[in-house]
Amino acid sequence: MHIQIKLFATLRKDRFDTDQREYTAGTTVLVVLNDLVIPEGEAAIIFVNGKHAGTDHVMLDGDTLSIFPPIGGG
Amino acid sequence: MDQVQDFLKANGADDIVHQNILDEASVKFNIPPGVIEEAALNANLLPARYQRNRNTISIEQQYALFKSRVVVIGCGGLGGHVIEGLARLGVGTIVAVDPDHFEEHNLNRQILCTLGTLGQLKTAAAAARVRKINPAIMIVSVPQALRSGNAARILSGCDVVVDALDSIPVRVELARACAELSIALVHGAIAGWFGQIAIQLPGEQTVLDLLEKCGNKIGIEKEIGNPSFAPAVVAGLQTAEACKIITNKDSSMKGRILFIDLLDMHFEEIRFE
Repeated sequence: MHIQIKLFATLRKDRFDTDQREYTAGTTVLVVLNDLVIPEGEAAIIFVNGKHAGTDHVMLDGDTLSIFPPIGGG
Repeated sequence: MDQVQDFLKANGADDIVHQNILDEASVKFNIPPGVIEEAALNANLLPARYQRNRNTISIEQQYALFKSRVVVIGCGGLGGHVIEGLARLGVGTIVAVDPDHFEEHNLNRQILCTLGTLGQLKTAAAAARVRKINPAIMIVSVPQALRSGNAARILSGCDVVVDALDSIPVRVELARACAELSIALVHGAIAGWFGQIAIQLPGEQTVLDLLEKCGNKIGIEKEIGNPSFAPAVVAGLQTAEACKIITNKDSSMKGRILFIDLLDMHFEEIRFE
């Protein structure tokens, strides 16, 4: 199945900003994070199609996965 | 007060009243500058300092801003710029909250930090700055860290809270307190070239939900720092949102989070459901 992945801020370094990838049915967000070598601590905010999602969320064909690092500075 | 307003009208130019007349009225009637500015706005007289707000902010909205109370939690990079913006905008009461003193590493981005304010309480520098801009504004200094135990007291009676903190766990506490107290919150955060902004209106817990996802994760700013421009950009966006909330303008930020990437000069919005 097709998944669109959007990475933000420092997560883009040595990766990409937007990419289309193929995964097998039943793939979770955690599988994608592992595939992209993103430690869970660096993926603070995860949206699937604009909805908050956890790392155990099961992706569906055509989903857009957006991953943001934690930003807390002032 | 009629006498004061008659004096201001008699000495105003059309519906504009200049600072020297406001100062003269304060001395002549022995009334604090804040009461004079409120009397002017209440009589549909625009203090000349707000002339360039015209057609963006009406006199009625200027009056609403002057009657408002905004609490700024954190007086560092974001908070300094927010306080500056709120003061010039004409917010009548600003509560500045921060337990820290200025240190040398604040000089790269914190507008209230100068060689002259190093070692000072950040809230004291904020108060001094606001008084220089407009003595009519009430600035309340609270040199304390926000905790769940003092949040209700510090936030009491305010119209908007601006989150200018530098710690994700404390931001979560603030968002929770605002949700519980039904107070509007304008969240902003920065790290390096990046930033984010979101609002949480009374009855919502959108920012709380967002920040709870971060849990106790360490923000990337600990590694990549914060340059001078990021706080200025995000604080400007926060001040605009605070202005819209106070003046009852619809905000398109409701239900969205905006991510700012100053490296690629790209703003990304996520609409959460």
